[in-house]
Amino acid sequence: MTGTFVGMPVFPEAAREALADSQLRHNLAHATSTIRAKRAKVVAEVPDWEELRLAGAAVKERALLDLETQLVRLEETLTANGATVHWARDAAEANAIVAGIAKAHAATEVVKVKSMVTQEIGLNEALAEEGIAAWETDLAELIVQLGDDLPSHILVPAIHRNRAEIRDIFRSKMGAAGRPAPDDLTDEPAVLAAAAREHLREKFLRAKVGVSGANFAVAETGTLVVVESEGNGRMCLTLPDVLVSVVGIEKVVARWEDLDPMLRLLPRSSTGERMNPYTSMWSGIAPGDGPQEVHVVLLDNGRTRALADEVGRQALRCIRCSACLNVCPVYERTGGHAYGSVYPGPIGAILNPLLKGVGHDDQIDSLPYASSLCGACFEVCPVRIDIPSVLVDQRAQVVDAHRGGVPKPEAMAMKGAAYVLKRSRRLSALERLTGLGMRFARRFGPTAWTGARDLPDAPGESFRDWWQRTDGGRKDDA
Amino acid sequence: MRVALMVTCINDALYPSTGQAVVRLLRRLGVEVEFPQAQTCCGQPMVNTGYLDEAVPVLRTFVDAFAGYDAVVTPSGSCAGSARHQHSIVAVRSGDEALQEAVAEIAPKVYELSEFLVDVLGVTDVGAYYPHRVTYHPTCHSLRMLGVGDRPQRLLEAVRGIRLVGLPGADECCGFGGTFAVKNADTSIAMGADKARHIRGTGAEIVVAGDNSCLTHIGGVLSRQRSGVRTVHLAEILASTEEVTR
Repeated sequence: MTGTFVGMPVFPEAAREALADSQLRHNLAHATSTIRAKRAKVVAEVPDWEELRLAGAAVKERALLDLETQLVRLEETLTANGATVHWARDAAEANAIVAGIAKAHAATEVVKVKSMVTQEIGLNEALAEEGIAAWETDLAELIVQLGDDLPSHILVPAIHRNRAEIRDIFRSKMGAAGRPAPDDLTDEPAVLAAAAREHLREKFLRAKVGVSGANFAVAETGTLVVVESEGNGRMCLTLPDVLVSVVGIEKVVARWEDLDPMLRLLPRSSTGERMNPYTSMWSGIAPGDGPQEVHVVLLDNGRTRALADEVGRQALRCIRCSACLNVCPVYERTGGHAYGSVYPGPIGAILNPLLKGVGHDDQIDSLPYASSLCGACFEVCPVRIDIPSVLVDQRAQVVDAHRGGVPKPEAMAMKGAAYVLKRSRRLSALERLTGLGMRFARRFGPTAWTGARDLPDAPGESFRDWWQRTDGGRKDDA
Repeated sequence: MRVALMVTCINDALYPSTGQAVVRLLRRLGVEVEFPQAQTCCGQPMVNTGYLDEAVPVLRTFVDAFAGYDAVVTPSGSCAGSARHQHSIVAVRSGDEALQEAVAEIAPKVYELSEFLVDVLGVTDVGAYYPHRVTYHPTCHSLRMLGVGDRPQRLLEAVRGIRLVGLPGADECCGFGGTFAVKNADTSIAMGADKARHIRGTGAEIVVAGDNSCLTHIGGVLSRQRSGVRTVHLAEILASTEEVTR
């Protein structure tokens, strides 16, 4: 596994590899069931949870439908607060802006708050090419970075690793990146955390530039918000002289009060906590306190494409809580790497095609099919994203994007089925061959079904034939 | 009240006994159900695979078959969900306003069997007798697309002679998911294997559900494992009496 997702195999192939890894499946099943139970418990404590979900969805929907106004307002308020606002259409532009700022300060390293958007644009790799080391300071991100691995979960990027694996990574890799792990390192969680703390402290105190994302950006006040559990984020946001925040344009909310439902929905949905241990807010520059130069990079990178999709745009409401990952039976068995993106699980299955478009990459086109449409994701989504409906709509877009060429066997089968199902007489004629069909399927059918599942026996006659023969059971049913 | 039976394509071709059980059950409860011969399929296999254009002619057939009834009852949560929530998408895609109106007229009248019994007929004790140890798997579309709630359990609890045992992880998907079972076969089988393990752990002789499609997948895994556990549709348990025990 290397540090990039580019060129990943299509989902079913990537999933096969994960399914064969029994340690991975054990780690995942244990972790997701633990988080699931925690979330269910704290959500049940809130008597008006459904109303809170509606309020959260409404906050994001209002901002998205008025996005241009809100973003212009955000730029004004941030600028008035002393921040410098940059606009980036794509990953390359955003990365160039961040690298330029670091270079202007002759920085050869930056410390990072865990952020999905900087993962999305491959910022660490882009900075490395410019000779700038980007250090992840979130414990799980540190594990992934040191292990030269890929994140496999939005909230818990190292969910696929167990304690013993983490100890081995720290022992073998920490030294090359900075302060080495102590010789007597065990796999006790407290011992591992202490080693990470020592390793990171050196970096916090040395860094001139901090890089963050933001969970929310308030247009009215020019305030950026980061919620976290470890406190490392607050160190990055307050210690360095220069702060660069990369913010997806969908993170904007109109008003200060809009934070109320969001900050209640997010921790309960993501970590199963009532409140986040750390909620940091910054609005430009405060003289003599914290960073004295603040840059905000507002990033599109496919978001206006998603916004133009009437069914899919609701995915931009996502607050990256990862509740959908933790309840998804597909994610639980395949893990996050199979999705080939920093956004795995059900939300990744719709977000990647929405941001990147379908019809030009088999890996992306396979994602909307990486779901049994069981609906558990919609049930837990704090902002009510109807993921199953978006998945079905995305599948239709994938099929439509491939119409016109040489039809695949599946397309021919669907056309054939539509022909048969147009007239009950055609269906009836075909049903008389059901027994033959089942015998054929048993012998030559797709091993995708028969490899591990038996087929049922075909009945002697179809329901419609029985109905005709017996007048719906009124005549002798011998 | 004119009631139509929507038997579903999979029941029609592979599980006629489920349709027969619905007829027997409803007749016993005083409802004379009609079977519109023109019906074929709800179109869900096409819709869920992304072939919306191909679903349009199938939807026209559906609408022609079921127009004019007071209620359409079906022994499938998935197909009822398709009619109630997906047909409007297909109708809009067709651009045919008459089709959209027909869908708006029929969709709210489509009931999954347990909904029809509890909500429309107002019964939970249907006079059934079934002396077996049974565990119930709530299928995802019944549970989340339709929200049938505990209606199937209430119907089962009223069955005489039955020993209902709880299923651990009951609300987790069995892994069928239509074409998902073939397109992502490995993941589907892994999910099915976990479902089968939970079912076997209950010691039940029978696993019951309101969808024969899910039961085909679950039963396929259980059969390959030579588990001895049988799959039976909810309708067939509710139709059973002391005179006719299946």
